[in-house]
Amino acid sequence: MKHSAFFWFVLPSAVAMLLFIFFPIISVVVQSLHSAHEQVIIEVENCGPFGCTTATAIDQSATAALREDQPLGRFAGLEIYKDRNHLAVEQVGQIWSDSTGIGNFIDRLMNLPFYKAMGFTLTFTFVVTPLTIVLGFIVAVAVNSAAKAIRGPLIFFSLLPMMVTPLIGSLILFWMVDARGILGTALRWLADDPGLSVKADTGLMWIMLMVYGVWHSAPFAFIVYYAGLQTVNTDTLEAARIDGASRWQQIRHVVIPHLLPLTTFIALMQLMDNFRVFEPIVSFNASAHATSLSWAIYNDLGGETQQLSSAAATSVLTIIGVAILLSPVLIRTWRDYGKAA
Amino acid sequence: MNLGKILMTGSFLVAASATTTMAAECGITDGRLSIVGNEFPAIQTVARNAQACEGLGEAKANLTADHQKINLAGMQGNPAEYTTAIVANSSIVALINEDVLRPLDDLVAAFGQDIPKNQLITINGQVMAVAFMANAQHLVYRKDILEQIGMEPPTTYEGLLETAEKILAEGILEYPVGGAYMAGWNLAQEFVNMYIGHGGEFYEPGTAQVSINNEAGVATLEMLKALSEYMNPDYLTHDSNATSAEWEAGNVALMNMWGSRTGVLMDAEGSTPEVYENTMVGAPMTVAGGGTPASTLWWDGWTVAKNISDEDAEATFKAMKQGISPAILSPETMGEAVWMIDGYEPAPVNEGVFSAISMQTPPYPMLPHHGLLHTALGDNIADFLQGKESAQQALSDIEDAYMTAAREKGFIN
Repeated sequence: MKHSAFFWFVLPSAVAMLLFIFFPIISVVVQSLHSAHEQVIIEVENCGPFGCTTATAIDQSATAALREDQPLGRFAGLEIYKDRNHLAVEQVGQIWSDSTGIGNFIDRLMNLPFYKAMGFTLTFTFVVTPLTIVLGFIVAVAVNSAAKAIRGPLIFFSLLPMMVTPLIGSLILFWMVDARGILGTALRWLADDPGLSVKADTGLMWIMLMVYGVWHSAPFAFIVYYAGLQTVNTDTLEAARIDGASRWQQIRHVVIPHLLPLTTFIALMQLMDNFRVFEPIVSFNASAHATSLSWAIYNDLGGETQQLSSAAATSVLTIIGVAILLSPVLIRTWRDYGKAA
Repeated sequence: MNLGKILMTGSFLVAASATTTMAAECGITDGRLSIVGNEFPAIQTVARNAQACEGLGEAKANLTADHQKINLAGMQGNPAEYTTAIVANSSIVALINEDVLRPLDDLVAAFGQDIPKNQLITINGQVMAVAFMANAQHLVYRKDILEQIGMEPPTTYEGLLETAEKILAEGILEYPVGGAYMAGWNLAQEFVNMYIGHGGEFYEPGTAQVSINNEAGVATLEMLKALSEYMNPDYLTHDSNATSAEWEAGNVALMNMWGSRTGVLMDAEGSTPEVYENTMVGAPMTVAGGGTPASTLWWDGWTVAKNISDEDAEATFKAMKQGISPAILSPETMGEAVWMIDGYEPAPVNEGVFSAISMQTPPYPMLPHHGLLHTALGDNIADFLQGKESAQQALSDIEDAYMTAAREKGFIN
């Protein structure tokens, strides 16, 4: 392709990415390096239907002057990143020197909001991603070997979990596992424990969130693999069959190697998606048991007093986390294909 | 013939629905009205009547439970998207902090002389909002179940625990106590109630320095945990809606609930006569021998945005004044809230809130930094209730989380 043609070809998407991805990220980074102005507090008398009380309020005229001076707020450098509600550098050091053993260290580390969120986010990512890939692959192979006539409906039903809006999908599961719901009652009966409640137990809640995660994203892996299966070379498969390869051997030595690039692609997408786990935590009301980085951002912005800088810092940490997670896959891809090009 | 009947019925229905929001003369010639607010029956009534004013160039309302996530952003632009926000004594603080509300003194002087003084919310001498209803959390109980075990409705939380134990012992209900204990805002609100009931002070006097890691704080957490033992094990996922559903299902006999939500529990919808006919409200409860009820008083009121033209502000003021005028009271709207409007006649369902007022329940603290503490409380209490950490550890986590946030927001150096 000519350079000029290439330029005009990518220009629209480059501009869109610049406007809607790059600039917002820059603004978030800048925000995360600033904290709010020192508040000028005055004592005031508040009166209302229940009488008067002495309280404090922010002196707006003084604050307006401060804002005029420094519209971004005070420059805080990396302070917000290092504070207790984020990386908690000081607290982690303290816990490290105080703790009696590695178990005690991890236990106390998990009491800090950032590490608690990371604990769940990483567990979720590394459990859900492989399970999604395996389940998606199995479903794809199964559908592919089904009779042609029923493949259409099968594909439709296999894709349903992905079509359902995440919030609705998780709400459905939420009510099904309720102590009085169909799954909740079934679990009680199976475990023979009338007090068992998924929503009251941290371990079970984690499992439910992960089951939801796999249920929701397996169709994505399925449809990618199914598309890939249509391109498997039938000559090779036939040759393998003539050589006496079993069905498993055909899959193991022909199909899987053929689908490997697709696996890389699915793994990339799923790692990114799962690292940003959010909707199930909100719709399962699970924040007492599990939090994630995205949930922390939502929580910072959803309170009565918005904590923009704190949310910005968590956002930047999320981006860094995604970059770290993806780097092994990206480096591998670059080695395999980048050099060849 | 039948078609004629259907058409007739249809036109009656249209006529009937039109009368509920008859266009009103509010002295408005032009201007914009755009309301953002919470979603419950009383606020819907106010918004509907305000929108019915004649002469408004534009009249719309966005009522949602997520109002506090959008009202600030919707008022920061110039001109602001929302010309008025319906707020409560906690949520007004976030708007005042960011200076998006217009002081109403001039508008009150020009057009609002007939608004009773006690409805005007003044901060530092400036009128910032006009209140129209009062709210509080108080006891709700099942008369039949208490009669069955031969006990009076409890007046203290200790009494509530005893009553719950008796209900459990007699095998009437498995989880006799209900409560909006969902981790986050609701759970934090229960802490605020109980801590006030224990006579606790949230801050070192005159500062934004938090101090809750004390005896009152520990006693508060212990009481919350003691109550949770009698609740459905899923209590950390139950907000006010879910708790109300539990009540209507007849699974609960005692709970601390919002006055504004008891009307729904006592009407014939969504429940059986056994439950709604026996649903009674009581006064807010005290705790640990204290004299102050473990509850907070709330008002709901409307404000006017700062970043709008004088014309829009005037139109909004006049329309919202119409929205809370005595004309909106009808047999249907009367029981929706404890209205602060002339001509309001209290119904039995409102007794709980009136007791809260007469018992001198303190109003929810209106401090610029209290929202940060509420968030920190909501995030850190659940660990203690689940037995994952000690009360002291939970309180120290709350203090640390709050102090970090307060430092970032410039309330503490």
